[in-house]
Order: sequence, then C-alpha cells, then structure tokens
Amino acid sequence: MSEFTPMASLLGGVLIGLSTVILRVFTGKTAGISGIVGATLRGAVERWRLAFIGGMVVGGLVVLASSSAAIAFSLDRSWPTLVVAGLLIGYGTQLGGGCTSGHGVCGISRGSGRSLVATCVFMATAMLTVAAMRLLGGGVA
Amino acid sequence: MRRSLIAFACGLLFALGLGLSGMTLPSKVVAFLDVFGDWDPSLAFVMAGAIGVHVAAMRLLRGMGLVRGVQPQPPATTAGIDRSLVVGAAVFGVGWGLVGYCPGPAVVGLVTLEAPVLIVVAAIVVGMVVFHRRRG
Repeated sequence: MSEFTPMASLLGGVLIGLSTVILRVFTGKTAGISGIVGATLRGAVERWRLAFIGGMVVGGLVVLASSSAAIAFSLDRSWPTLVVAGLLIGYGTQLGGGCTSGHGVCGISRGSGRSLVATCVFMATAMLTVAAMRLLGGGVA
Repeated sequence: MRRSLIAFACGLLFALGLGLSGMTLPSKVVAFLDVFGDWDPSLAFVMAGAIGVHVAAMRLLRGMGLVRGVQPQPPATTAGIDRSLVVGAAVFGVGWGLVGYCPGPAVVGLVTLEAPVLIVVAAIVVGMVVFHRRRG
C-alpha cells in the first residue's frame, strides 16, 4: 500500500517545472531525459547535455544523503523482467521521440498535440501493463 | 560555459524534484499506475505541478516582455502525429509499467548502485543504441 502524498508530489512537480522552464528560457533546450541521453549515445555529445546528466546524478546523491527511503528500487522483479523493461523503455522513447519529461512535461506545457497524444498513449499502456500483471501474477509490488 | 552551468543547475533541480515527489520510488510509480488496484494518485500532482509552473512562468515572462516571440525549439524528428510516435509511446509505456521507471528516475536512481537499477539502465542504454544503429 502506497502512502498518498499530494503536497510532496506537488512540490516535487513544481521543482521539475522550474527546471524545465529555466532550461527552455535560458538555453532554448528541452529538458527531455530520453532525448538528452539518447542524443549523447547517438554520438551527439554536447557539453550542456553532459552537464544536465551530471546535475541529475549530483541531485540524486543529495536525495540519497537526505533520505535513503526516498530513492530505492522498491520492487520485486526478476532480472529478465528488468532487462525486457529497460529495452522497451530505451527503444520506445527513441522511436516515440520522448518520455514523461520531454512529452509529458515540456511538450504538453508548450501546447504540442504530438506530446499530448504520446502522453495519453504511454499512460494507457503503462496502466494496462500493471493491470495485466495483477490479472496474471496476482501482485504488482 | 554559461549554458552548461544552467544545464547543470537544471539537472540538479530536476533530480531534487523527482526525489521529493516520489518518482524515484518505482513502487510508488506502480501504485500510481495501478488504477484497478490499490491506486495512489499522488503522482498526478507531479505532472500538474510541473506543467502548471512551466506554463505560468512562460506567461509571466512573456507578459513582462522578457521572452520575445516563440522560443527556439529543437526540430521535431517526425512531423505530426504518426505511427512512430504512437508505437514508440506504447512500447515505452509497457516498460514503464513493468518496472516503474521512466528514463529520468532511472538515471537518478543510479546513485543507489542497486543491482536492479544498474540492470534497467544498462538495458535502456542498449535499447537506445539498438534504435539508433537500426536508423543508421
């Protein structure tokens, strides 16, 4: 059972919104994580992308230092499931041109119809996947 | 240099937001996606907060004349709503549902050095590289 945390989640969202809008206004770039990582792996290595990823890692260390309960792989999954899921996330975000940040936050914020469609689609298939796990295996935790 | 400093600060802020919101806990993400089970709607507030702030800040800055016209956007890889967009998003969603990680929290989660996180991130990297190799 997961605890309902509307205020913390809203505040976290506010920080994410500030991050995406600051990057957009001051650099003209989109804070889409699959785009930043994917472009770097494709060979389009740019200093701002590496700096953004570096900032994420440092931010992760700050989160870990302040509360190890806030950042942990808190699920029971077999390694084949982890591998398959990772492959789908990696391939899917590149084919679809974005993920939760690029489409879900930045795209929707600038009124992109493509991003709205993509977000509805990945939300729907993610919810269906969890529902299917419930039906087939019983638990989802 | 200035651009990299801004990007670093934005990456840091982004990770702090993910940590505070609960996105760095895959169990919480799965609980958010578990609409037919023990649904925890918290993470809807993350998206509402992020989009709300982004849109409000753009309006404010435009109103003050600090942002003129349309900000330059990176060129879209494919124009319009096409098959790639829908299939790609659908495939990504299945992976997200299976392990409760989208790319951002997966990258941030690397700092835990937990084996499941390392496996997921390695597979994400392989999935991305395979896509770009196939596309040439």
